[in-house]
Amino acid sequence: MAFPATKPKPPELPRELRRRLDCNQGAVRAVRFNVDGNYCMTCGSDKSLKLWNPHKGTMLKSYNGHGYEVLDAAGSCDNSQLCSCSSDKTIILWDVAQGQVIRKFRGHAGKVNCVQFNEESSVVISGSIDSSIRCWDCRSRKPDAIQIMDEAKDGISSIKVSDHEILSGSVDGQLRRYDLRTGMMLADYLGSPITCVSFSQDAQCLLASSLDSTLRLIDKDTGELLGEYTGHKNQSYKLDSCLSEKDTHVVSCSEDGTVCFWDLVEGSLVLKLPVCKGVVQSLSFHPTEPCLLTASEGTVQIWTGESQEEESASRD
Amino acid sequence: MAAQDSDGEDDFVTCGKPLEQYEEGEKAKKPIPLQEQTVKDEKGRFQRFHGAFTGGFSAGYYNTVGSKEGWAPSTFVSSRSTRSERQLCQPEDFMDEEDLGEFGIAPKEIMTTDDFASKSKDKIREKARELASVSAPIPGATMLEDLIAPAKISIGVQLLRQMGWKEGQGVGPRTKRKPKNQNRGGVKVYGCALPLTGSEGSENEEEDEYLPENVTFAPKDVTPVDFTIKDNVHGLGYRGLDPRQALFSSVDMHFDLFGDGSEKASSLLGDVRGSKGRKVGISGQAFGVGALEDDDDDIYSTESMSKYDTVLEEERGDGLFGWTAPKEYKNTKGAVRAIQHVSKALDGFCTAETPASRKKIYSPPDLPRDYRPVHYFRPVLAPGSHSSAALKTMLDSAQKPSPKPPEETTQSRHQLNASQRRELLGETALQGQPTSVLDILTDKDRERIKEVKQAAEQQKVKAQALAQEALKSRFQSSSTAETLSKFQPDAGPVPTQSGGFKPFDINPEKQKRYEKYIGALHQGQKDGLESSLDPTMTEWERGRERDEFMRSAMLYKGTNSALSSRFTLPKHEDDQDKVEVLRDEEGDLNDKASAVKMKMFGKLTRDTFEWHPDKLLCKRFNIPDPYPGSTLIGLPKVKRDKFSVFNFLTIPETPSATTTKCEALPTSSESKPKKTSRWDRSPSDSKDSVGQLVSQTRSELDAKKEELKTPGEKEKPPAAPPAKATAEPTEQVPEEDVEERPSMDIFKAIFADSSDEKSSSSDEEEESEDEAPAAQKESPRTEVATASSSAQEPVTPAPTLPVLPDITKYQEKTGADEEFGPWLPPVVSTNVPGTSGVLPLLSVDEPARKQKHKRTKDKHKAKKEHKHKKEKKKKRKKQKHKNKHRNKAAESSSSGSEESSTGCSDSERAAELTPKELLKRSVIPASSIKEAVTFITFLSSYSLIEPHGCDRSVTRWMLFYGHRGFLALCATDSSLLTEMKEIVSLLIKVLSEEVQFSMKMF
Repeated sequence: MAFPATKPKPPELPRELRRRLDCNQGAVRAVRFNVDGNYCMTCGSDKSLKLWNPHKGTMLKSYNGHGYEVLDAAGSCDNSQLCSCSSDKTIILWDVAQGQVIRKFRGHAGKVNCVQFNEESSVVISGSIDSSIRCWDCRSRKPDAIQIMDEAKDGISSIKVSDHEILSGSVDGQLRRYDLRTGMMLADYLGSPITCVSFSQDAQCLLASSLDSTLRLIDKDTGELLGEYTGHKNQSYKLDSCLSEKDTHVVSCSEDGTVCFWDLVEGSLVLKLPVCKGVVQSLSFHPTEPCLLTASEGTVQIWTGESQEEESASRD
Repeated sequence: MAAQDSDGEDDFVTCGKPLEQYEEGEKAKKPIPLQEQTVKDEKGRFQRFHGAFTGGFSAGYYNTVGSKEGWAPSTFVSSRSTRSERQLCQPEDFMDEEDLGEFGIAPKEIMTTDDFASKSKDKIREKARELASVSAPIPGATMLEDLIAPAKISIGVQLLRQMGWKEGQGVGPRTKRKPKNQNRGGVKVYGCALPLTGSEGSENEEEDEYLPENVTFAPKDVTPVDFTIKDNVHGLGYRGLDPRQALFSSVDMHFDLFGDGSEKASSLLGDVRGSKGRKVGISGQAFGVGALEDDDDDIYSTESMSKYDTVLEEERGDGLFGWTAPKEYKNTKGAVRAIQHVSKALDGFCTAETPASRKKIYSPPDLPRDYRPVHYFRPVLAPGSHSSAALKTMLDSAQKPSPKPPEETTQSRHQLNASQRRELLGETALQGQPTSVLDILTDKDRERIKEVKQAAEQQKVKAQALAQEALKSRFQSSSTAETLSKFQPDAGPVPTQSGGFKPFDINPEKQKRYEKYIGALHQGQKDGLESSLDPTMTEWERGRERDEFMRSAMLYKGTNSALSSRFTLPKHEDDQDKVEVLRDEEGDLNDKASAVKMKMFGKLTRDTFEWHPDKLLCKRFNIPDPYPGSTLIGLPKVKRDKFSVFNFLTIPETPSATTTKCEALPTSSESKPKKTSRWDRSPSDSKDSVGQLVSQTRSELDAKKEELKTPGEKEKPPAAPPAKATAEPTEQVPEEDVEERPSMDIFKAIFADSSDEKSSSSDEEEESEDEAPAAQKESPRTEVATASSSAQEPVTPAPTLPVLPDITKYQEKTGADEEFGPWLPPVVSTNVPGTSGVLPLLSVDEPARKQKHKRTKDKHKAKKEHKHKKEKKKKRKKQKHKNKHRNKAAESSSSGSEESSTGCSDSERAAELTPKELLKRSVIPASSIKEAVTFITFLSSYSLIEPHGCDRSVTRWMLFYGHRGFLALCATDSSLLTEMKEIVSLLIKVLSEEVQFSMKMF
């Protein structure tokens, strides 16, 4: 006699403001969860990179060394290193604990928009406004990039890395995917400058947001359009988008100060979360829980689902 | 009894351990928990279940397959320090003691295998016996039996013995009759038996023998057929030369010593049977019949002692008993016959009764009478170009001058020296000691040698030309003659020596030919063109060159004067005839855009390229290299012929020219369809185009930086859209020697500036798009001001932050400032005037600038008013028109194509406009866009750009840095300056109507 399986709860959306972090580092250009979602990095326009515990609201460390505003950051798989990129055309590999610069990669000709670790955190992959993607080796001391992918005709705005792929979105409207396993580069033309790309959890789909205020879900293998998500506003700025923790929803920043949630399958706008008056520039979704970080102007806000909030409230 | 018991036990097959007997009243034992069910190895170490070899338990080092040192074997010796001698690895090297142990995969201990274990191999039976012995009345009886039992008798032998068989006898019932007959009758024939041979007759003769009635014979023992495994690669029946056989004497050896005739004996001794009466000498099966020998008696025979009679009265069978295997047992008496027989057929084979039908042999086809078994390859490349390139690089790099005149182009590869081959292969020269005497010569001497050589060359060329003239005139199409006649009358004042202007200076031979042609033209020779062409070239190449010559002669007819003499030739020439283009071609962007519009994503919008990741990258990603053999990295590129601009320019009434174009175009257009489309569409956002241009320029410059030592490996591929009667000679235009590349922002800034000047020929859309950047560029201050008033401007108090201009509309933003692509949202709205954006880069006249400001402001306002994109576009178009009219004076030069363009009062603007126009109309192939850009930059630098260093932001700084760097280049590097001049002069020449402005400028 078995109990009937509990009815799966509908996926929760992080609609409750849990905490607000005043980052004090100018505009927060990007906010990123670390690999397990316990910490987050904020990239400030005052050249600093800060490490936070967003759940407790404490700042852990500030990393200073960039010459200009920090545009993106990523944490390594073992949480021992951070990498960040900046308008000063460099990428810095940080030691998390000591806050020291481990490596500084120079070579980009313009500001570096995005940076990612590979799965093993042995390579840093950066995309720059100079329309090149560069892969930097963290293990050797060589100053040069391992490989430069300069196929893009315009700046690279976003990069994502899976275990064997490098996905890049470029302002030339092309979504390029470099597949190391098959040795192919697949370019999908989306027509409008791409601001952000991401993989789905099952690595079957690609999500790309572009400056025509549209997010597109693309089939990875065929390049076919699986879904389109509109309703937000993204015409000028490089805004982030992502998928929710269980791929149930598509999340995107909007220029009207909201964060929009769409049902991935239906494509309907589920929630328009008002965040601030200005532009929500960056967001990051918790890897496993319905928890969202949004960065707007100089603050980062943490949003969680109701139940989680209760939980954490009870924990507190 | 015991046997019975055992029989009873036999019926069961027991697997696993029997359950323990459950006794009543006893408490059920607690099952051993899983964690306590452990397995230990012989040393008492716990073994974890592993699921691999050795019974599923751990192997190797702590459940890994490696060793303590990891993957590297303990015998690993780094080859860097000490070369380890190559050692052959046995499988045992990779086994540990468990593998070599009793139950491993390769047990080392000597033990009896099952084959030899004992008569009773059945384990179950044995077990049963053991059990029986225990329960038997006399315990241990069977153990005794085991002790006595011989270790090794096969069950078959044992059974036979029990049946009364004795060793040495044959197997079978005893016979009364002659054993041979008995045998013959009793032998079952499997498969095909040998037909009865004549030997039977002889046996029949012997039949009259005494046969006792009651005597039975055991059947004859049979020598088992010896199947020797063929373990070599020799032919069937081959046996190497036996030295004994070769060297042994002619003694008629009859080794009758070994009575039993066993194979062993004979094989031990080797086959020492010499053929009867054979002379001493080397002979063997490997050798054929000697010249002095009449017959090779037995080529394929296999000798054995069993061929000989060893036993009296022994009956002979064929010994095969149905086997169609090689005969082992031969009749000595019928030796001669056997030999004869064998000579006809191999052992084990017999001659067929009916001869096989002959294969029909067909005679080969008759060759045509004029067939020559040599294939001539048509020369594909212009032969002169290689050697000229070789010569040039040699002279330039002060390595060794080519010992041969470069005109010797028909030389075969055997006549090429190493350096020439190197040049052909496109390799770089080795840096090192000079290898030739010529290296030691001074420059002056070298120059002299070169001159002498060239003189000789020229004579040679002339002679060749004369000789080929008749030939050529035959091939010459009438169309060319027509065009010639058409062209020549209005050729007008053709420069005698083509002035100082050398359009084909890059290729000395070509230039020479061109000069020759010019000379001929001047003298009024009709066939001057034909005679001046290189006879060694292919017809097609000649046709191409013919067109080029004609056009360049036409284009440069008026420009032999002081202007051209003002400029010197570039120091560095780019001598490539080829360009690298992507092998996998990208689809047309326009098609894709329309597909996107129709939301037909998928195949239409997808391009697939082969992409080679770096080996190290694969390693870091833990992925096997998808292209293990390839040394390529990135997208594979293909070298394509780079044609000169003239290929893409048509003189409409020239039939031959059009054909040339047709030939040339497919390659070029398919080589870079992308670029054409870029400039054609003058894209929806001009920023994009700038971005593309910039990235392109940048990548190119990057590439060039790497190859700076070997100048000019890459050049932009020609992406020339056809059909413009203006030309821009790329071949002559040198690549700038970039030490410090001009910042991309320069180009952008200048484009943004110059984009104010619009030509009505360009479509409206692009104009409206193009204006936006200008607006941004010109009045960042106003822009910020207006932006701050907009509702979308987020207000964040962070006054320390640098100002980023706020542009809320993508369209507005496009091409503006130094930003590419999407913007970062603004941080502050406070207007810091000191850190304003880029001020006008060109020191245009103040009124003009103000006008621009005003206009852009207007435009900006207009844009602000309209939120909707399309609406806005329309409005902007209107606005644009208005502005145009208003600013007619300022941009007077803009209207119309360059043919109809009116004279411009503002020289600097005109100079800017011209290349802009060129770009717009895609007149200039892609390879010269960069030059055009540099040209623009150059012009703007001449109009005294003042670097504005007020903004400390990096990108802004880069812009100024670029400017400074460029200016510095202009100032310091005279060669660059001359190059610039060259470009300018060329452009001027190409667009003769703009000459006046440029003249003003200079």
